[in-house]
Amino acid sequence: MTSISEDSDKEKVHSVSVDLNNDSSLVIDIPDALCERDKVKFTVHTKTTLSSFQKPEYSVQRQHEDFIWLHDTIVETEEYAGLIIPPAPPKPDFEGPREKMHKLGEGESSMTKEEYAKMKQELEQQHIFPLGRVHREQLTSRMKSAADQQTSSHPMFRKDRNFQIFLEYDQDLTVRRKNAKEMFGGFFKNMVKSADEVLISGVKEVDEFFEQEKNFLLDYSSKIKDATAKAEKMTRSHKNVADDYNHISGALNNTAADNNTAFKKHLEKCAEVFEKLRKVEDRMASDQELKLTELLRYYTRDIQAAKDLLYRRARALADYENSNKALDKARLKGKDVAQAEENQKQCLQKFDKLSESGKKELTSFKARRVVAFRKNLIEMTELEIKHAKNSVSLLQGSIEILKSN
Amino acid sequence: MSLCHFYPSLVIKFFRVCVCVCVELKMAASSERSPPPFPDSEEPELLEDSDEGADAFTGTSISEMDSPSPDSTRPPKDIFNEPPEDIFSDPLSNINSEPQKKVDAKIPSPSSDEAVDLFSDPLDDDSEVMSSPEVQNPMPDLLNEPVEAPKSDVLGEPPVHRDAARQQDVFEDPPKSSSKSSSVKKAASSEMFGDDDDDEDLFKEPPKVVTKKPQPSGPPVDVFTEVKSDVKVKPQVKDDPTDLFAEEALTAPAPKPSAGSSSSRTNGVHSEEQDLFSEATVELSLDSPRNDRKNKDAVKPSVSAPAAPVASSSSKAPSKTLKELEEEESEDKFDLNISITNPEKVGDGMNAYMAYKVSTQTSLTMFRSKTFTVRRRFSDFLGLFEKLSEKHSQNGYLIPPPPEKSILGMTKVKVGKEDPSSAEFVERRRAALERYLQRVVSHPSLLQDPDVREFLEKEELPRAVSTQALSGAGFLKMLNKATDAVSKMTIKMNEQDVWFDEKIQDVENEEQHLRKLHVMVESLVNHRKELSGNTAVFAKSVAMLGSSEDNTALSRALSQLAEVEDRIEQLHQEQASNDFFTFSELLADYIRLLGAVRGCFDQRMKAWQRWQDAENMLQKKREAEAKLLWANKPDKLQQAKDEITEWEAKVTQYEREFERISATVRKEVIRFDKEKARDFNRQVIKYLESLLHSQQQLIKYWDAFLPEAKAIV
Repeated sequence: MTSISEDSDKEKVHSVSVDLNNDSSLVIDIPDALCERDKVKFTVHTKTTLSSFQKPEYSVQRQHEDFIWLHDTIVETEEYAGLIIPPAPPKPDFEGPREKMHKLGEGESSMTKEEYAKMKQELEQQHIFPLGRVHREQLTSRMKSAADQQTSSHPMFRKDRNFQIFLEYDQDLTVRRKNAKEMFGGFFKNMVKSADEVLISGVKEVDEFFEQEKNFLLDYSSKIKDATAKAEKMTRSHKNVADDYNHISGALNNTAADNNTAFKKHLEKCAEVFEKLRKVEDRMASDQELKLTELLRYYTRDIQAAKDLLYRRARALADYENSNKALDKARLKGKDVAQAEENQKQCLQKFDKLSESGKKELTSFKARRVVAFRKNLIEMTELEIKHAKNSVSLLQGSIEILKSN
Repeated sequence: MSLCHFYPSLVIKFFRVCVCVCVELKMAASSERSPPPFPDSEEPELLEDSDEGADAFTGTSISEMDSPSPDSTRPPKDIFNEPPEDIFSDPLSNINSEPQKKVDAKIPSPSSDEAVDLFSDPLDDDSEVMSSPEVQNPMPDLLNEPVEAPKSDVLGEPPVHRDAARQQDVFEDPPKSSSKSSSVKKAASSEMFGDDDDDEDLFKEPPKVVTKKPQPSGPPVDVFTEVKSDVKVKPQVKDDPTDLFAEEALTAPAPKPSAGSSSSRTNGVHSEEQDLFSEATVELSLDSPRNDRKNKDAVKPSVSAPAAPVASSSSKAPSKTLKELEEEESEDKFDLNISITNPEKVGDGMNAYMAYKVSTQTSLTMFRSKTFTVRRRFSDFLGLFEKLSEKHSQNGYLIPPPPEKSILGMTKVKVGKEDPSSAEFVERRRAALERYLQRVVSHPSLLQDPDVREFLEKEELPRAVSTQALSGAGFLKMLNKATDAVSKMTIKMNEQDVWFDEKIQDVENEEQHLRKLHVMVESLVNHRKELSGNTAVFAKSVAMLGSSEDNTALSRALSQLAEVEDRIEQLHQEQASNDFFTFSELLADYIRLLGAVRGCFDQRMKAWQRWQDAENMLQKKREAEAKLLWANKPDKLQQAKDEITEWEAKVTQYEREFERISATVRKEVIRFDKEKARDFNRQVIKYLESLLHSQQQLIKYWDAFLPEAKAIV
């Protein structure tokens, strides 16, 4: 069991993001993640002054699946259709690192103990910690938007039983995993939705705002998806470079070990420099990953959520138009007019409600996005500068030492 | 040198057996044929003490002394063969070990001579001995045979003596020389070198015989006491200086590449020959005190003409070598800058080639002017390497290897596509050639080579033909390499020199490690190139995202970010090429150079093998002779003796060659190690500076971006 706990300064950065909305009535953060075999348990910590909670403070352990369950229940709730439902975090990918660890185990015989320990530590730092960090950050932003909803005019989440259970219940939730049928159902639903999206795209938009939003989101979504993929590639190759530094340092040390001329000293010094460079470069790469790639990744999904909202609204619009037609027909035939009228009225109501909340949601979404981009870009830039300065001073020192030799 | 005495000892043994007890004959004969394998542990340093004892016993003990002597002589010799610096750093030990070795080597020979003389007593005079050579008397007389044998042995043993020996002998023994020198000289001139020496020594021996005769003679015991007596030390000491001198004289001219020698002397910088020469003189100077002393003590009358030049040259030697040392130290500061620029494609199609401008800037007087420029093509560089390695590699010099041929890379260039990979190829080759030339000229001995100078100075070079990869010559070379590799595997050298033993291991390990390191650095280069490419793609993507963004400030910031990433991409690209040119190529160079170092070791091994083969051959010849002797076939005996003489000369020559090559290789490797450490440090600093520059640029870029990010509203 590996405990993933971060150094405190990093921690603060993330925790702060939760109560950004300066509402102290409900503060949620995830200070810790525990890695237990193939499960990762996140500690969800809640502080609240809301009367609907029985206690002012909770601390529960939740797994990835629990978060998915929460997401699904929220999506399925009709009431929330007019909201941008925060996307569920992606399943943390522990497979890659685990595979690497496995390989490490195999290659153990050919490595010295120190090398093995170093590699293991490096792996943990590089992959598992960031993963926990990333997951946590996503969850916190998710909680944050949930908390946003709380403060907005709809006190829906406050009333949401499932959400409260999620936060309060101090035992394992033991959410039922989706079975194969449901999985297939979900897949089928997605198919239908995509087909439906195509169909209703023909429906003439009545509201210019939504027309604009739709175009923007479609465009933006494809762009951000692309940017995310490219950023991922970039950070990955940056990590490779850092890895290479590490290998070079190791190879230099090996060379030095078998040498006993004046060369040895140079080699050792050189290996040391590369080892230090590796750390800086690694930090640079993972901060870039965290601040830039994760930002893009999150907003790729968030924009999908916004698109889903638009879809739901467009669906409602189509329903309304259909009900209009049905009413016309009923009037022509002269039967079931009252029922059709009722139906048409309901559809209109739903559509209006969705439009109204959708407009609000999308506007706030835009503001949120800009704030998030700003924050992350500034943080990333500052970190880049910090790391670059570190390596500059490191390099300068090393050059001095080498020159004096 | 050691085994040369083997024969006399056998003879002595044989004789003793003959003269004393006939009954013992069989036993003795059997022991001759298969001389006991002598354990190495046998102390060679017993020498002076054991002389009496050993000699008193029988010939066997002498032979015992002789056979292990390769072992015993080598260590001191190695010490002595170390580069001049070392000699200077601890002259004491050298002085100690050096004379020891000499005494070692010498003592047996006079003693055997005397033994011979003793036995040749019945033969009445020198003239007979003199006339005896080769053809003359196939006398069945046992006594006469041995006389001849030792003669040739002693003489064959130092092919070194040559002129010096001759002169000295002539000097020392005027009475005899006057009468015989003419005949001897005739013989000398008519005969081969080795035989030539024989005569000289023949000539030298007789006088000794004469001097000894009056002394109590007969029983072997006396012979050995004689050796110890002062009178006897005399010839021995005399031998020493001559030998030394001869050695010096020999070693100096021997490796002289005929063309280079004369001009090199006149050059400002000291030459390879001078090096060798100085080495020889150093050795001399170390010996000389002792020699001088000995001379004064024992040989007062014979401190003769040849001794004087020896002394004088030895006194001059240290100061000269000191100066040379300083020169060697300041070698890397020497004023010779070579740069290769302007790679230019000449011709079209498959006959096209790249010509490089080789510019030299120097203040060395050996060159005609201070700056000059020539155009050379790649095969010229290869040709230079071929010439140099032909001339110098068998001497154990470390010839810097040129960059490898690359048919693929060159074909690309020939086809003439102006793509970045062929430009990179040309630049890579240009840089590699530049480093190659710089390494060549920074080698003190190679710089003196006329071919190097010609390469740098001469307008037109004859086209190097044998360097084409696909030519017949190339094929032959490959074949040679293959046979070399096979023969290398078959040679089982039992390394007795700890230094070489360790160094060979070290070099192999280092090469392996460097290969691994090189792979890592190559992967760094690739990954950084990848990173550069990915950054460029990301920059484009971010720019697109920025254009779609409807918040103006954010849109602006994103396009700024795209610009920053674009610059960073450039930075990564530059860094990748720095990774490659300063780091990866450095390692590639050293992997090649370590290969060349191993080549030096191989050359040394080959020399050793040659020596061992000669020893074995000599052994066989001796056995054959012993058989003949036993079978009493005098007609073939003479021929066998000649062969033995010939092979003894060869053995000595090869041993000397081996020792010389060992010394050279050792010096070269030490020089290489020193250079490597310095060069590596320099390159690493350069590389780190390039990294530093990248990071500084990075700070600048991000610093510029920060206000943009903050401006997002």
